[in-house]
Amino acid sequence: MAIKVKFKDKNDDFYKKIVELSGEQVALCDQCGTCSGGCPFIEEMDINPSEIMRKVMLGQKEVMDSRTMWICASCFTCTVRCPRELDVSKVSEALRQVKLRTAIDEISIADISKEEAKKLPTIAVVGNFRKFTG
Amino acid sequence: MKTGIFLCECGGNISNTIDLENVKEHLNDEDEKVIVKIHGNMCSGAGQKLLIDEAKKHGLDKIVVSACSPHFHEKTFRGAMKKAGLNPYNLEIANLREHCSWIHKDIPKVATEKAKEIVDAAKAKAELDYALEEKMMKLGNEVLVIGGGIAGIQTSLDLADSGKNVTLIEKQPTLGGKMAILTKTFPTEDCAACIISPKMAAVIDHPNITLHTNTEIQDIAGHRLHFEAKVIKHPRYIKDSINMDQCLICNKCREVCPVSQPNYWEQGIMNREAIYIPAPHAIPYKYLIDAETCLHFVDGSCNKCAEVCPQNVIDFGQKAEELNIAVDAVVVATGFDIFDAKRKPVFGYGKYENVVTSLEMERIVDHIVEKDPPRKVGKRVAFVQCVGSRDKQIGNEYCSRVCCMYSIKLASLLKQAKPEIDIYIFYTDIRAFGKGYEEYYKRSQEMGIKFIRGKPSHFTEVKETKQVILTVEDTLSRDIIETEFDLVVLANGLELSKSSDIVADSLKLAKSDDGFFKEAHPKYKPVDTLVEGVFLSGTAQGPKDIPDTVAQASAAAARVMATLAQKEFALDPVLAFVNSDICDGCEKCLDNCPPKAISMNNEGKAEINEALCLGCGSCITSCPLEAIDLNYYTNKQIYAEIEASLHLKKENEKRILVFADNNTTYRLIDACGVRKMKYTNYARVLRVPSVSRISPNLIEFAFAKGADAVFLGDSPAKGSHFEWANKTTQNNIKTVLNKFKKLKIDSDRLIFSQFTAADLMKFINEINQVAEKIDKLKSIPEDIKKQLFPKEK
Repeated sequence: MAIKVKFKDKNDDFYKKIVELSGEQVALCDQCGTCSGGCPFIEEMDINPSEIMRKVMLGQKEVMDSRTMWICASCFTCTVRCPRELDVSKVSEALRQVKLRTAIDEISIADISKEEAKKLPTIAVVGNFRKFTG
Repeated sequence: MKTGIFLCECGGNISNTIDLENVKEHLNDEDEKVIVKIHGNMCSGAGQKLLIDEAKKHGLDKIVVSACSPHFHEKTFRGAMKKAGLNPYNLEIANLREHCSWIHKDIPKVATEKAKEIVDAAKAKAELDYALEEKMMKLGNEVLVIGGGIAGIQTSLDLADSGKNVTLIEKQPTLGGKMAILTKTFPTEDCAACIISPKMAAVIDHPNITLHTNTEIQDIAGHRLHFEAKVIKHPRYIKDSINMDQCLICNKCREVCPVSQPNYWEQGIMNREAIYIPAPHAIPYKYLIDAETCLHFVDGSCNKCAEVCPQNVIDFGQKAEELNIAVDAVVVATGFDIFDAKRKPVFGYGKYENVVTSLEMERIVDHIVEKDPPRKVGKRVAFVQCVGSRDKQIGNEYCSRVCCMYSIKLASLLKQAKPEIDIYIFYTDIRAFGKGYEEYYKRSQEMGIKFIRGKPSHFTEVKETKQVILTVEDTLSRDIIETEFDLVVLANGLELSKSSDIVADSLKLAKSDDGFFKEAHPKYKPVDTLVEGVFLSGTAQGPKDIPDTVAQASAAAARVMATLAQKEFALDPVLAFVNSDICDGCEKCLDNCPPKAISMNNEGKAEINEALCLGCGSCITSCPLEAIDLNYYTNKQIYAEIEASLHLKKENEKRILVFADNNTTYRLIDACGVRKMKYTNYARVLRVPSVSRISPNLIEFAFAKGADAVFLGDSPAKGSHFEWANKTTQNNIKTVLNKFKKLKIDSDRLIFSQFTAADLMKFINEINQVAEKIDKLKSIPEDIKKQLFPKEK
């Protein structure tokens, strides 16, 4: 369903924050979709990486509600292929950083049953708390 | 002597930053021998009139115009000087716009102080200017056109029609270039061969055109409207004669030839023999033997064509011919190569048999209506846009302009011939910019060609079927598409042809960021180059479609006509001269002049041949007596300029004196200004033909007068107008550094750096680094300065 978006003055602050954290000039993305087309986890994502770039570009903070950045495995396929040499995974990381700074964890350890915890690779669990932050 | 100083506001570009009234006051305060005027636009008719009127009214003999870069309006103001009855070389330009107001927008007070010094330096130099006479050189009627594609053909025909004698060189064995390979043209869908063939035929019939195909440039020497090209004409191994023994094109040789090779004109989708006519519409329509694959040359095992030839015209012994061609102007129409998709392996080109280039597709489509086409296309065809264009990864950030349209054309032609084929075009942006192009795009949509906005990310081959699976996001619906195609056509971008390199190197032509040849000015000199007498035609200057190419080709021809119509041209008098009263005939200068412009006369004194001297000033250092000097950039003038550039320096201030060579570094610094790129306000830029002209004495003088650093910028030897100059500069620097060592002066204060025209960031970084360094250093003590330059000037 379509939503109505209003451009607000604050939009730019969010955009600038992500640019600062990621070091990537997100506005340079020309929306060719190479990142999404090559993403090995695309089927798990609610919105595509290219859409993340688009929303960040316009300062749409709602992008933070997406699960995409948590699905991102930092495999760098998008980064390697981007014709504008943008590091899309760094943008993902920046979004995670912003979220993490609000002290909200993606998963709660308490909610994981012991059996599940045994099956899960440790790195995956840690990854859901912190990616790139250690 | 009275000097007129004209301060231009440049419609606010200068006056919004620099307080020109303040500058004016400063100038009036200093000297009563000057008059100072401020004007809104000095380059306008009114501005020039002011200059002329004031010069007449006050009897001015020297003029300083403080405005934009001399590369923009030096000629304009020299013209005004002539109208005022003054010698045009009594003019100096103070470059306040590019070198001050545009880069120091945020520090207007500092900029105003800097402006005073820039104008003072120009004034000091102007006062020492003297009249120079331009020698006139005769111009002939000969033009060399390099490249026989549609651009070279059009230029040649226009020039030949206007009575010029044209020599047209083409490296392929036929005229026609890339256009001769194309099937039909967008948006009219008229056949390319039908348009270009009559023009090719017109070239060979024209009495004023000498055509050399199968011929390559080896070297072009010369400058300023006098060029000598050395070309090598490869043998065709067929006797060429107008007598009865000539080839009758009976094709018997071809029928017996056992070799089968990919045919270039068919882009390898069909083969040819080793003895062949390049294309059905080849001009000249003649056989030739490809020595690289002909068995007679490979291992001597075959002689069949010679045996069967009824006219006995096959001559395996033919040798390459070397020709020297002297001309007055050169037109570079060397065209483009398509991007080699193998450079980006993700496309699978060369690995997957069903991924083809756009040029291959031109030939495939051309044969599509045949009963048994050489290459089948299957049921589903994908066109992939921006292959080697708009891609930072492979270094081509530009749009190649024609790919959208040729893909739409190929898709439309295919759809018309085979409506059952499903055609998809994967694009990032469709650029349908030309006349009738948008309408053509719309028609293709009506035809049922599907446009998907997304760049394919994955290319994989299905082993059994050899189909290619593309994975791509439809960025409009955000769906991920993963579908197999029977044929994938890459929209290869355009790059400057590799065979242009030899032309670029020998003519010292500059290239722009995109790798194509650089025009003298992007707006008002789009077909000129920075080398006088060399012009650009067609895609050598940048990607173009056929109409734009033809228009530019005619423009290049017109520029050649206008240049040669002058019948003679003024030789720039900025040349070396010898003060024979001082010269003692030591002959040291002779070795320092690679163009061999210096010789010894009967009296045992050095003498300059003005036709050979290029005015680089490299010889000056070699003269121990300072007897050799350079017009317009004399030692006296440069001493004065240095002094004036530093004379307002206050105790806590710093100065970097930048000597910039006129052709590269000075233009580069201008370009930084045009882009409003900020850099240190310590810099004071002085223009010289080549920094090899700056002798050790001048460098030492600069430090003695208060420079904290001296920065020398020149172009690298390769691509320089004066290849030898950097050696001289390096020797000069060595001399100064030796002195530095003795006096314990930090060697970081003297920098020599080499720049190409695109090195804007390099310059900015380096000049800022120097500023940082000298900020950390203590200033040079007065007694050390005196030891560095003990002479009184």
